[in-house]
Amino acid sequence: MTAVSWAMLLQFAFAGLAAALALLPAERIRSVLSGAASAVMSAVGVVTGVLAMNGVTGGLQFAVAVPAVPLTFAPDRLGGLFIVLASVIGLLVAVYGAASVRGASASRTAWFALPLFLMGMQLVPAAADAVSFLLVWEAMALGSTVLLLAEHAGSSRVSSAAVWYAVMSQLSFLFILAGFGVLSAAAGGTDFSALSAVAPASPPALLAFVLLVLGFGSKAGLVPLHVWLPRAHPEAPSHVSAAMSAAMVKMGIYGILLVVVRFFPGGPDWWGIVLLVLGGGSAVYGILQASVSSDLKVLLAYSTTENVGLIVLAIGASVLLTAHGITAAAGAAMLAALLLVVSHAVFKVTLFLAAGSVLHATGERNLDHLGGLGRRMPWTAAAFGIAALGAAALPISSGFVSEWVLLQSLVHGTRVGGAAVSVIVSIAMPIVVAVVALTAGLAVLTFVKAYGIGFLARPRSAAAAGAHESSRVVRAVLIAGAAGVVLLGLVPGPLATALVSVLPASGTPIVESAGLLGVNLPGLGAVLDPLVLVILTAVLASFVIIATLRSAWRNPQRIDAFAWGGGGERAQPRMQYTATSFAEPVVRVFDDVLQPARDVEVTHAGESRYLVNRVRFSQSVTDIVESRLYRPVLTVIDRFGVVVRRIQNGSIHLYLLYSFAAVIVVLVVATL
Amino acid sequence: MLVAFVQVALFTALAPLLVGVTRQVRARVEGRVGAGVLQPWRELRKLLMKQPVRARGSSWILRAGPMVVAISSLVLAALLPLVTTVGGRLAPGDLFVVVSVLLIGAVALALVGLDGGTAFGGMGSSRHMTVLALVEPTLLLAVYALSIPTGSSNIATIVDARLATPAIIVSPVGLLAMAAMIIAVMAETGRLPVDNPTTHLELTMIHEAMLLESSARDLAWLEFGSWLKLTVLLGLVGNLLAPWGVATSNDPLAVVIGMAAAVGKVLVLGAILAVAEVLLAKVRLFRVPELLAGSFVLAFLAVAVSAMVS
Repeated sequence: MTAVSWAMLLQFAFAGLAAALALLPAERIRSVLSGAASAVMSAVGVVTGVLAMNGVTGGLQFAVAVPAVPLTFAPDRLGGLFIVLASVIGLLVAVYGAASVRGASASRTAWFALPLFLMGMQLVPAAADAVSFLLVWEAMALGSTVLLLAEHAGSSRVSSAAVWYAVMSQLSFLFILAGFGVLSAAAGGTDFSALSAVAPASPPALLAFVLLVLGFGSKAGLVPLHVWLPRAHPEAPSHVSAAMSAAMVKMGIYGILLVVVRFFPGGPDWWGIVLLVLGGGSAVYGILQASVSSDLKVLLAYSTTENVGLIVLAIGASVLLTAHGITAAAGAAMLAALLLVVSHAVFKVTLFLAAGSVLHATGERNLDHLGGLGRRMPWTAAAFGIAALGAAALPISSGFVSEWVLLQSLVHGTRVGGAAVSVIVSIAMPIVVAVVALTAGLAVLTFVKAYGIGFLARPRSAAAAGAHESSRVVRAVLIAGAAGVVLLGLVPGPLATALVSVLPASGTPIVESAGLLGVNLPGLGAVLDPLVLVILTAVLASFVIIATLRSAWRNPQRIDAFAWGGGGERAQPRMQYTATSFAEPVVRVFDDVLQPARDVEVTHAGESRYLVNRVRFSQSVTDIVESRLYRPVLTVIDRFGVVVRRIQNGSIHLYLLYSFAAVIVVLVVATL
Repeated sequence: MLVAFVQVALFTALAPLLVGVTRQVRARVEGRVGAGVLQPWRELRKLLMKQPVRARGSSWILRAGPMVVAISSLVLAALLPLVTTVGGRLAPGDLFVVVSVLLIGAVALALVGLDGGTAFGGMGSSRHMTVLALVEPTLLLAVYALSIPTGSSNIATIVDARLATPAIIVSPVGLLAMAAMIIAVMAETGRLPVDNPTTHLELTMIHEAMLLESSARDLAWLEFGSWLKLTVLLGLVGNLLAPWGVATSNDPLAVVIGMAAAVGKVLVLGAILAVAEVLLAKVRLFRVPELLAGSFVLAFLAVAVSAMVS
């Protein structure tokens, strides 16, 4: 029994406690006690993960009758990182949930499912063989499905979302099962160390790669397997959507890393290209949909697809560069992938929880009806704003550092020692840089929209005007998340070196801490030192601030009742730009990809063609992947169902005929 | 360290002058007398002495945003190798950092536009952000193309390399990359043909629409920030096109020559810009993507060619 084993045992104990406390009758007590137990469980999970990241081995084994081999949970260093991630998110989410959820989301079932979901997530990276992996994977899927259904009585969209989610989860499970099945058959065992003995270029490994990427990609929310994401994330209770988006989709990433880092580190270069295409497509498609979405939680869900896309793109770049022997850039790309994973987890949990607070305070998640929340919810607005910096990859945030490392690795990927290495890489890298840049640009637009329309300007509805700040505990959780975003962006050095230590060791170091805890990529000759930049900015800012203060002292401001707006008091809050109008130019520019449905209805006054009584404009942007790819398949299945229904029409005569035919068939077969 | 501050001070002083020169040149080419090259200076002084009028319900963004715009331009002036390639190494920064500092200023401006709570401000920031999102790929690919000959995206290193081997500048790759870069800079600074800095017509304005709710010192910072950004980026283009004169050491004489060279390059480029703007018409907003797509193709060609022809 090592420290890891003890910590994992404790986790199990607290998960059991949380599940037991969930059955208490009083809602408030249940929420506080069960939430607290889940939080403690996650805190212990952080310890487990940190120990595993530092190379402490050991774990738990459960001897069971079926299958004959015992279930093993023994995290390695990479697994440790993902345990830390899932646990930190679990901790924030459990505290937020305990402090804020009411009504249906605080039911016994929901509180029982939360530890199952969180524990499942914390165990997935600990699993050391295929069977235990699949088992906890299902526990995670089951727990999250139950949580997603918490509010099903209130809205029909919840049950529809849950059906999509459940089907996509099971589809993903089937692919993963098949992938592990193929590998196990070739390796003759289900242990991960046995699986990694299969040669990367052998047919079973190639088939398994395709199956596993499909399975894990669906969980991660890669286009075209993302359709469950924009449905499930908005409909789930906010703390659950935060956990799903920040932590659960990362388990899909962990799965892909398992394949390309742990099982087959030397995969062929087309694996990299497949991942680049999947990742790049998801990044651009996700952020485009996010930029035109007016629903705050749908916007965040699509932005998750974008970020997952960037992560997979970075992994793909690393695989491609490794296959072509460009090791320094490949290492940096892998570091970028891990940085993006951590950074996305931190800012996305904050964004979703802040969106939850907005939803709680106003009952609205449609940005077109929000506005002016910065004055009424200053803490929430600050946390959302800082996390949005991360999502838009602006300094000084974790998102900026990770995107900087990604761009550096891509830019230095074409040449080794000044000479071009391969044509494929030379063509791929500029395209990838352009994709990353377009994604970054649209992400800035998206989050300017989300923050600017939601938290600035004047309230666009009575609900937004009457918003109130959330409770102290909730505020503390939001501030903790936002502080994480800034801290990781300000002093990225220690995090980057810790992340590299979980990867298999290579000859030259990928990253070093430089300057004031900045990052240095020695293989690429690139240095980033955010703290020095901040100090420089502060010095320059002091001149501007002094000048402003002097001017403010002489000429104090005058507050006018109305914004000028070209029309003084006639400029009503209704006349402000909304999220929909903000995104209008993007919809126009990317008309072919988004294919919006527009409808303009003009009612004329009397008989005149020139006098307009009213104009009605409606526009909706649907997910074309869903309408073009999934709908036809669903229609075919539906038709098949209608046909099949005819053979089971309830007539007893028909059923007797079936039995008779079956007996005949059995007799015929038996006589052969 | 000191040299970097000399550079910031020089460009701070130069920015209003540059705008004055472009306006004056423009006026003369159009056959007007013009207000004189010092007019922007007088405007700034006037605005700083006035009392700001702010709408009730506007948030701290309306006050802090303009300062952020000005500060981001000042940081740009400190980071880029304008007078000297030594000062640029003050903070370890490269072109990606520079682009992100540009973005910070742009975002602050867009938020100021939205915070007024009027239709004009929102319209301006929506268009501004759309153009920005589309410029981003061109800008980063141009950066990529520029970084290839030196193997580094550090802008000071790039200028040094161009100074040492001027052949890089006139190579096909270098020209393509510069063409793309110049279009991106025009879009980034809101000049013709993307945006018209002198218009106040709602159909066409982008940058001006975001300033409508700002007055006095708020407006002063916004104007100064955008002028300084233009000056600094012209300085960068100047040093990439003709790196001669830029100081490569902290020697006082070299720095003085560098300062003179920087002023000269920026003013010449400003005059060219003014003449070009008289001859150019603003393109429709929804034709801007086509223009940017063109410059994107140039940048892409630059990278692809340089990667294959080693």
